[in-house]
Amino acid sequence: MPSASTELAFLPAAAARRLLGSRQVSAVELAEAHLARIEALDADLGCYLHVMGETARSQAEAADARIKAGSPAPLTGIPVALKDVLCTTDAPTTAGSRILAGFRSPYDATVVARLRDAGAVVLGKANTDEFAMGSSNENSAYKPVRNPWRRERVPGGSSGGPAAAVAGGLATLALGSDTGGSIRQPAGFCGVVGVKPTYGRVSRYGLIAFASSLDQIGPFARTVEDAAMLLTAIAGPDPDDATSVPVPVPDFAATLDGDLRGLRIGIAREYNVDGMEPGVEVAVAAAIRRLESLGAELVEVSLPHTEYALATYYITAPAEASANLARFYGVRYGSVVEAPTLLETYQRTRGEGFGPEVKRRIMLGTYALSSGYYDAYYVKAQKVRTLIKQDFDRAWESVDVIVAPTSPTVAFHLGARTTDPYQMYLADVFTIPANMAGIPGISIPCGFSDGLPVGLQLLGKPFDEATMLKVAHAYEQAEPWHTMHPEVSGHA
Amino acid sequence: MTLSRADVEHVAALARLGLTTDEVETLREQLSSILDHIAMLDRLDTATIPPTAQVIPLTNVLRDDEERPSLPRAAVLANAPRQTDGFFEVHAVLGGADGEEA
Repeated sequence: MPSASTELAFLPAAAARRLLGSRQVSAVELAEAHLARIEALDADLGCYLHVMGETARSQAEAADARIKAGSPAPLTGIPVALKDVLCTTDAPTTAGSRILAGFRSPYDATVVARLRDAGAVVLGKANTDEFAMGSSNENSAYKPVRNPWRRERVPGGSSGGPAAAVAGGLATLALGSDTGGSIRQPAGFCGVVGVKPTYGRVSRYGLIAFASSLDQIGPFARTVEDAAMLLTAIAGPDPDDATSVPVPVPDFAATLDGDLRGLRIGIAREYNVDGMEPGVEVAVAAAIRRLESLGAELVEVSLPHTEYALATYYITAPAEASANLARFYGVRYGSVVEAPTLLETYQRTRGEGFGPEVKRRIMLGTYALSSGYYDAYYVKAQKVRTLIKQDFDRAWESVDVIVAPTSPTVAFHLGARTTDPYQMYLADVFTIPANMAGIPGISIPCGFSDGLPVGLQLLGKPFDEATMLKVAHAYEQAEPWHTMHPEVSGHA
Repeated sequence: MTLSRADVEHVAALARLGLTTDEVETLREQLSSILDHIAMLDRLDTATIPPTAQVIPLTNVLRDDEERPSLPRAAVLANAPRQTDGFFEVHAVLGGADGEEA
């Protein structure tokens, strides 16, 4: 039965902001409602690796003071979850890995600092696949996450904790990271909005690196407007990240309105693969018809190298990861397993500190970069990456946005794909191309298949998140999906 | 592509990754299978295609060469498993009984 605290838990950020501004709700009440739900539900759901009750309460008190003083920022008092790959000074940052158990960052990630400036209330560090490597959150070294819509299903990954927290009313907003779909795919599986911004739109400073040419931080929310608000708060160049691009950041939430007449939406014939779930096809086809009825012109486009994206990714991302993860060797931070020699200490520290998927990717990446294989694998993948990017460059000559499913299936069962790594990798077949090309993407709910959420993916031109968000918003407002929440009951 | 156990052990040594005997065999099978999937890239003729390492329109981003504060040393060392006199401590790399070849 919906209670007052349940209503607070599912309040969109924009609505919460209005209630906070008119003093009908306090930031402390909002924080307490979420902390109570976390207390009651999260032992079962597993969204959080570290709950920050004490700091959240003091941030909420500060937010109330700021609101009372008449100087609130856009996110003042809004409860947020942070994927545990984002460095925070006031809580551990583990990246879901044993090797970073207890690690305390000496600095905040730039996005965290920006959220603090904006007055957000950080509820805690959210669960993730180890080092953001996975598509089901089952690679977390600590615990799995359960999908709030059905507990025996995965939430998707690697940002499974943030997605499930927002879906289940355990956070109003969240930040995740997306290297091959790790925001969009779990957003789709959990029935929430997830945005991967253009590469370079958001600073990666303080994001524990997985694949540096692909990683991008982005928002989770229950509405497109909320996601747009959060994106505005975190976007923009940063002197601490040389790959953050100095282009102006619009107020994304302010440009959502307006109809879709005159907009050209591309449908790529290649985004239809064997193994597509019929219920996903049906929901996505209906969403495309809805976009047309809203005034958009549908245009067929071709992205001929789509089928090569997955193989390209599974060279590029592990290669970059194998270099990035070389820093974990038990000297500067993280756990150590002592051995008689330095070399053995490195080997044992890494052998015992990393989980199976991380080892698999380090091995794959090291192999692709090793002498004799570098040209055949790493350089080959970089060349195919050029072809994938050129596909999109050509498509943008005739369309403004491309529409596709987020994933070929809905959330699968926990344990269903853990024995065959490549089956797990296939969950990202529709999301990986955007990372290879550096373009923005969003997943929004577009219905249900077998009672589980289906995600609709929209891809945009580089640095044109605004058009992509506008299309997403128009669709969202024409459908009831964003008003539907899972029945999450706990033991409280 | 079928990898041998020796291939796997060679790559693990490059990656400074200690693996159990079982892990070597599991990875041998799994990596061989993943490389078989990846081999589809050979169908594409990329002889004249330039590689893409990154997608942003920026090169050589430089800042002014000005002094600015760094993190306090104590904060940087706070997570180190072992430290001595303000330094990270490691086993000797050269010489001595515990040393190894660089």
